[in-house]
Amino acid sequence: MTISNNIISYFYQKSLLSMKRYIAKRAATMFGVLLITLLITIMLVGSNMDTILKQGVVFQVRSEITENPEIAQSFSSVQEFEEYIQDRTDERIKTLGLDEPWYSPQRIGLTMYKIILLDFGQATFLTSDVGSSDVKDIIFEKLPRTILLFTTATILISIIGIFVGALSASKIGSTVDRITSSFAIISSSFPVWWIGMLMIFLFAFTYQIFPARATPDILPSDPEYIGSLLYHMTLPLITIVMIGFGSWAYLVRNFMVGIMQEDFITAKKAIGIKQSKITYTHALKNAAPPIVTILALSLSGSLGGAIITEAVFDWPGMGRLYFEAITVMDLPVIIGATYILTVFFLVSIFIADLLYGYFDPRIRTNTE
Amino acid sequence: MSSISPQDIKKEFFKSKMGIAGIIILTILISTSLVTITTIPVETFQEWNNPGSWMEYPKAATPVWVNLFLIEKIPEHKILTQPKVEDFSNNEINLSAYQFSFNFEYDQFPNDFIYSYSAKYSDSPLLEMSVIRPDGIKLKLISSALPYSSTDTIHEDKIFSTDAMLKKELVLQNDKFDFNIEKLSAEKIVFSKAETNEPLKGNYAFVIEMFEIGKKSEIIESDLIIGGKAFGIMGTDELRRDLAIGLLWGTPLALFIGLVVSIASVIMGLIYGVYSGFKGKKTDEALMRFNDVIYALPALPFLIILSVTISNSIFVMIGFLMIFGWVGIAKVSRSMSLQIKTRGYVEAAAMMGQKDSKMIFKHILPQLLPYAFASVAISVPAAITTEAGLSFLGLGDPSFPTWGQILHDANTFGAAARGLWWWIVPPGVMIAITGLAFVFIGNALDSIINPKLKR
Repeated sequence: MTISNNIISYFYQKSLLSMKRYIAKRAATMFGVLLITLLITIMLVGSNMDTILKQGVVFQVRSEITENPEIAQSFSSVQEFEEYIQDRTDERIKTLGLDEPWYSPQRIGLTMYKIILLDFGQATFLTSDVGSSDVKDIIFEKLPRTILLFTTATILISIIGIFVGALSASKIGSTVDRITSSFAIISSSFPVWWIGMLMIFLFAFTYQIFPARATPDILPSDPEYIGSLLYHMTLPLITIVMIGFGSWAYLVRNFMVGIMQEDFITAKKAIGIKQSKITYTHALKNAAPPIVTILALSLSGSLGGAIITEAVFDWPGMGRLYFEAITVMDLPVIIGATYILTVFFLVSIFIADLLYGYFDPRIRTNTE
Repeated sequence: MSSISPQDIKKEFFKSKMGIAGIIILTILISTSLVTITTIPVETFQEWNNPGSWMEYPKAATPVWVNLFLIEKIPEHKILTQPKVEDFSNNEINLSAYQFSFNFEYDQFPNDFIYSYSAKYSDSPLLEMSVIRPDGIKLKLISSALPYSSTDTIHEDKIFSTDAMLKKELVLQNDKFDFNIEKLSAEKIVFSKAETNEPLKGNYAFVIEMFEIGKKSEIIESDLIIGGKAFGIMGTDELRRDLAIGLLWGTPLALFIGLVVSIASVIMGLIYGVYSGFKGKKTDEALMRFNDVIYALPALPFLIILSVTISNSIFVMIGFLMIFGWVGIAKVSRSMSLQIKTRGYVEAAAMMGQKDSKMIFKHILPQLLPYAFASVAISVPAAITTEAGLSFLGLGDPSFPTWGQILHDANTFGAAARGLWWWIVPPGVMIAITGLAFVFIGNALDSIINPKLKR
């Protein structure tokens, strides 16, 4: 429900700026936010990160030497060997710039530059399903699954929501309207993850229809993997849609109610156009701008909320990756995942802005 | 929105069924909190995570009222603390008898029984434990001498039903049963019918006798636990904690978190937004850009990182939740103050040279109060569910039994897989009910402030 607050405020603000200036400004703000998010994340985990990176270098140097028997044999004593490693490590730490403290401007600048170019380094503990410990590989393996689940859910939610919302807006005060409104209000106060636990309890253990863990038990290389993934997706999907569509319907209803009170609708009613036609064509068309904008916003919003939901259902996506990374404090993964989540969030806010600008003639025609 | 007087709002509010429902639920929750704080000892709250203080309770027991719906009754967990005391004296021999009587009318055997006592004596008294069953059979359970002591001493001990001595003693009385009891555990012998190995219903009496020659000895404290599978109104969890107590303590905690976060965020947002709108120009621009930055931060990932790296204390968490709570309110109140600023009386006040602070607090803020109240109500559920979500992920403050924390434990111990529904359902229902109360109040207020939505 706080979302609706933000959205209202958002529309107030939009109408005050002209389109081009507006896009430029938004893009600048978004980029600024991205940098600030990165900076804060690095600040929070920086000191731990430093230790891990240095350990990584030592490990790398040692493994290079052991892999190369010629160098290993050329040492006469253990001491000489250790000294050699020490020298190589120091040298490498210096070339990597790790000799400076993590909070030095160069270090932070370099780290941020690397991250912006999607170079997140190696994960400390976690690996991808195929065994790569490159953070980029891990993230891009999980990301499509999250998008699959949550985008499908959001699309289903919005379709059901728009339909039910329009239906109840056309019959305000009717039983349908009352049921929709109360369902919206009640469902919005249930945490999705708790409903998830109940659904698992009911449909995975009491009635064994769906699997309890949403992670498919076969390898991604298997041809049946997609089918298995979809089967495992059903329970989380049902849960998310069930809890989500109510507030959507309520939002759509409220937009529609506003529009149904406009003069042009009254006029259409007066000349005898059918109620259903007015609702589904004229009114819905006019309610489209805010609806499309919210759709764009909620697509990304769903990714953020995915963390807890995925943890409950054990869905192998970004949210669970994030949770696992937090549990074992795998810092490169935390930073990478935060970055990707932020980018998605910002991009969709930006798209929402553009869409709103496109739909609202006051912004498009550069007049206020 | 600003033309409605507080009296009107009050009148309108009590006309709406939703608003009244919200107020009723909230009143119930607040009185529950007050009752909890005043009547339930604070130790239960502090000892929530100390397994030692829950030893007397059963593991993962169902709520007792479940028996009302079952044909085969599950044995209730019984903690008997008040024995009937009788003293006999015969020449030299002193005998004290402690008798625990209770009614056993369940269709399953109890899990176990434990007798714990602390006795004050000197020398070495003899302790005998026996049970008188509903069918009249008296079974001797144990007979042992307490460790010798030349001075007055206090001896504490527990007798478990799994005790080998006890089992041996029972096997010796095999002739009282029509079947072989050698392979059965003690509670299945004691509570069994003599003919077949099925639970025997009726009144049982456990008798503990202390014999001593010459001197007088006594048992200061003793209690008998008949381990069952049902306990309390809300059952217990895997760590033997009484869930009713956890759920009750969760109520004031949730209200505290929700209200503090939302009130503080609304105040922050209101002042920030109004100041920004009122000042206008560069100040407004700068403040709103900062607002945009916070608005675009992904809240949950950040809350997680903050709780992991800085602190997961509940008070710090409340602070973190505020950081993300005030943004939307600031935006709305800014645009509202932009409108109010242009009204005649505000401009007149400005012309008369009133101070900025006075104008903001006297002329603009009061106009926004109805909106502020609605916002407080509307943002409470989000605060509560976010905190619950973080706790559920295991990032909450473990020293507070919040509902999210209980659900986290339930998930860790696989409550769903094991069918322990009483561990999963009530905390979530409580979260939802609390959220619902505020959503009801908020929506009722909202439809008064924005009359367009009501029709």
